Order: sequence, then structure tokens, then C-alpha cells
Amino acid sequence: MTTSDAGGATMVTQESRPAQSVGGTVAADDIKMRVSGLDFYYGPKQTLFGVSLEVLTNRITALIGPSGCGKSTFLRTLNRMYETVPHARAEGEILFDNEDLLAMDPVTLRRRVGMVFQRPNPFPKSIFDNIAYGLRVNGTHGGAALKEKVEKSLRRAALWDEVKDQLQKSAYALSGGQQQRLCIARALAVDPEVLLLDEPCSALDPIATAKIEELLFSLQDQCTLIIVTHNMQQAARVADFTGFFLLGELIEYNKTEIIFKTPAKKETEDYITGRFG
Amino acid sequence: MLWRNAWRKFVNYFMFSMTGLCALVTVGVLFFILGYLVWNGGTSLSWAFLTHLPTPVGESGGGMGNAIVGSAKLLLLASAFGIPIGFLGGVYLAEFGGRAFPFVVRYTADLLNGVPSIVMGIFAYTIVVLPMKHFSTLAGGLALGVMMIPIAVRTTEEALRTVPVVLREGGLALGASKWKTIATVVVPAARKGIVTGIILDIARVAGETAPLLFTAFSNRFWSPGWNQPTASLPVMVYTYAISPYDDWHKQAWAAGLVLLALVLVANVAAKLFVSGRTAH
Repeated sequence: MTTSDAGGATMVTQESRPAQSVGGTVAADDIKMRVSGLDFYYGPKQTLFGVSLEVLTNRITALIGPSGCGKSTFLRTLNRMYETVPHARAEGEILFDNEDLLAMDPVTLRRRVGMVFQRPNPFPKSIFDNIAYGLRVNGTHGGAALKEKVEKSLRRAALWDEVKDQLQKSAYALSGGQQQRLCIARALAVDPEVLLLDEPCSALDPIATAKIEELLFSLQDQCTLIIVTHNMQQAARVADFTGFFLLGELIEYNKTEIIFKTPAKKETEDYITGRFG
Repeated sequence: MLWRNAWRKFVNYFMFSMTGLCALVTVGVLFFILGYLVWNGGTSLSWAFLTHLPTPVGESGGGMGNAIVGSAKLLLLASAFGIPIGFLGGVYLAEFGGRAFPFVVRYTADLLNGVPSIVMGIFAYTIVVLPMKHFSTLAGGLALGVMMIPIAVRTTEEALRTVPVVLREGGLALGASKWKTIATVVVPAARKGIVTGIILDIARVAGETAPLLFTAFSNRFWSPGWNQPTASLPVMVYTYAISPYDDWHKQAWAAGLVLLALVLVANVAAKLFVSGRTAH
């Protein structure tokens, strides 16, 4: 199942694996991002080795693997957030709607590819101003339109009913789970095509986690989601596709069901059955 | 065994008493100074002292209105000059710098901070007073402004460094440029620290005398505009304190009291500003 049959993905270097596509032949316009032979370096240290995969439009893709396996680094190449680290560089090819992602203007890119972080990071501003931030940065000013979009984003993130009477309160007054949904709403406000989530539930309790997962389900018809998670049950619950990373390599990438029930690689099986990691 | 126990207890009590005593001295010095100023200068303090011009020698009464206004103008000018440079320099160090250049800037700022204030005075004297051929508020303000830069740089940098990286990433991830993120997320998140540092910076130069002696000089009259010599509280204290007249001594005490009161008010204001905003 892990063949490179679809789209004729190119191999860049010898150690790069063939682009791992899933579900047989996929129409080209269903592919949101195509990564081929991605190598990543922090200074002289290489942390990703020839990663190739295809992310399908409006699906949830989960990336799993032990700590330090490179899954977060990979996620951060998709919106070029790695560029905040000095001497970090990515080599290879990432096509985003057939555009060369690594050559795009990062600010423009990040308006189309949103990100939610491991720890909730609301700005020290009011709830309203948090949601409005991205809109204002992108040029939406003026009361009515802004208010409407803020409400819509909070509704999409299933937070509206909890905060509608306290929009002017500090975002820090919210609970951890609410803060994380606020951060999701903030990212959604600018209508991103892709939303990257870097272990969004690792700092949350099970109830808050369940709410976020529910939310991810409801979002997938509006945007493409890529979620990095430590929690294999979470990947099994929410994702259509799952990729397993180990020591900087993408070991296996397939439909979630297959990864968890009949993995092709021994490493994958060892990891999901808890034999290591 | 017993002896060692006793010795240990003794050392314990002794060191406890010593640290407590030194803490008391610290507090005591401030209250002693404050009490002494009130004792000696309190009687000369009046509405007239705060608003009137000094009287000629031999006449009683008169005040230091011109020195109070002069000090305010000097500080305003120094702030207008020193704060933007220090603030933006601090932003550069915290947000943009690589390795080598920021190291040089930081080191230079620390050295600049250690330059004796009288040397700052000579500097302003050379580049402003000599070309203009007269003392002025402008020259005094410049001297104080240069003195403000290093502390403004370092407090701004340190305040910005306390802002978590995730907030910067949050701004960038929403498609804000780096500068936009700094201006709308990072600086507002650090504003408490920045404002406190800057108010303390102003309070510090408010008491500087040496750089004013040959820049702003002094003036027995009001000093309109920015182009004339002006009186200031620290220089008034100095001039009056070394004079041979009893009446002037009292006024020097009173001027010292006013100066200290202003610095204390600035300190308390800074503290209140910080605690008042902790809700965010």
C-alpha cells in the first residue's frame, strides 16, 4: 500500500523515500500539499531525512512518533515557522496547491497555513482582540464586519456560548482548554486553507481534549488539518491518514485504519503496540 | 558534640542578626535622609517657595519656581531624546540582533552607563555649548538624555526577553510580519517592565547635578524657550548649600526635599502602574 503510484512523485536524493501516497490513485487537485525528499538541518545537524508524503484536501492527517523523531520539525516546515531559528534550513520540495512552498513569501504563506501550538498562547489582550488580531493584520478593520467575523470564528471553535458575554475580558481569564479553543478560533478567523496543530491537547485534561477532538471533526469539511500528536489513541480517533516518524524519517504513511491494524513496517508495529517509544 | 551544637547555634543567631541589622540600616538610611530633609527644609517649604523666583541675597523669602520648571523642562527634553533611542535600541537587541553586534552594543551600553556624569557634562559642553557659545536648556537636556540611553536600552531588552517565544510565534503564525508582531504583541506584553524601567530611569537622572553645571548652568530668572541657561533643582541645591547664608541653606534643604519627593512619587507611580496592570 505504501507505493508511489499516484502522481508520479519524483525522488530527489538516494535516501529519500518514494512519495507515500494513499488510497490508490488520487486526483491531483485533491492533493493540498506534496512533499518530496525533504531534508532538514539545524546548523550541521540533520533532523529530517528525505521525507515524502501527500496531504489530502479537507482530510485530517496525523503525524505520530516518539519525542525527537522530527514530526514537529516537519510540521514547522509547512508554514516555514522554522525560519525563526537561526541556521535552520529545509531542502527538498514542498508543493502547496502546486506552488513552491519553500520559495513563497513566508508572511503570505502563513496567512493561508494557520498554526495552533502545543501550549495555548493567547495574546495578553481581550478575547475579542485575540480573535480580531489576524483579521486586523490582514486588513479587516471597521466594527460590523470585524464583529461578525469574530463571532463566526468563535462559533466555529465551539467557544461562542461560553464567552459571548465576556468578549472584553482578558483571554488569560479562560481555562486552559478554553484558551486552546480560543487559539484555534484565532487561527480560523483568517480562513486558512490548512491548519497545522502541534500537539494541541498535550497540556489539556481529557474533557478539554475531547472537546478539541470534536472540534477538529467539525472543521474538516472547511479546511485541511495536519495534527502532530504524542497520543496514538488520538490519532486513531480523529485522523483519516497517519504518518509514523522515527529518527527523522517517515517510516510509514497510510490510512489510519491500516497503520493501526495492519502496519507494513515492523518499526510501526513496535511503536503502536507500545514496545518502545 | 555539645560544643559544636552551641557553636552552630551561635553562628546561626549571629548571622541572622547581622543580616537583619544590615537590612535595617538600608531602610534607616532612607528614613534618616527623609527625616533630616523635612526637619531642616520643611519650614522653608511653602506655596511661594514652589512658585516664586529666588530673591537677591539679603532679602528673605523667595522660591525656586524657576528651578522646578527648569528641571521639568530638562527632563522632558532628556526623555524625548533618550527614551526613543534607548527603547528602539533595546528592541533591536532583544528581537533582531545576531550574535556579534548585539554583544558589542550591550557591552557599550554598560560602559556608557558607567561613564561618570561629569564626563557626560563635558561631552554636551563640547558638542552643544561651545558651538552655540552659550549655556542652554537644550545642552542640559542633551546631557541628561545621553545618560538615559543605556538604562533604557537594557531595561527594554530585559523586559522584552521575558515575553515567551510562543507569543511571537503566535503572531507570526497569523501572517503578521516580524515588526508587526513586535509592535502589536511583544511590546504590549512587556509594557509593564518597559514603563517601570523608563520611569526609574527618569527618576535617576532627575537628581544629576554634575552634567548640568556647565550645560544648563543656572539662572536666577525664568528661562523661556530652550535656548537660554536655566535653573534646575539639583544645581540650586548645590549653589545654595555651598553659600555662606543661613537662609539659603534652609532653601537648599527644601529644594532637596522637593527633589526627593518627586523621585519618590515617580517610584510609587511606577509600582502602582505595574500592580494595577497585573490583571492582564
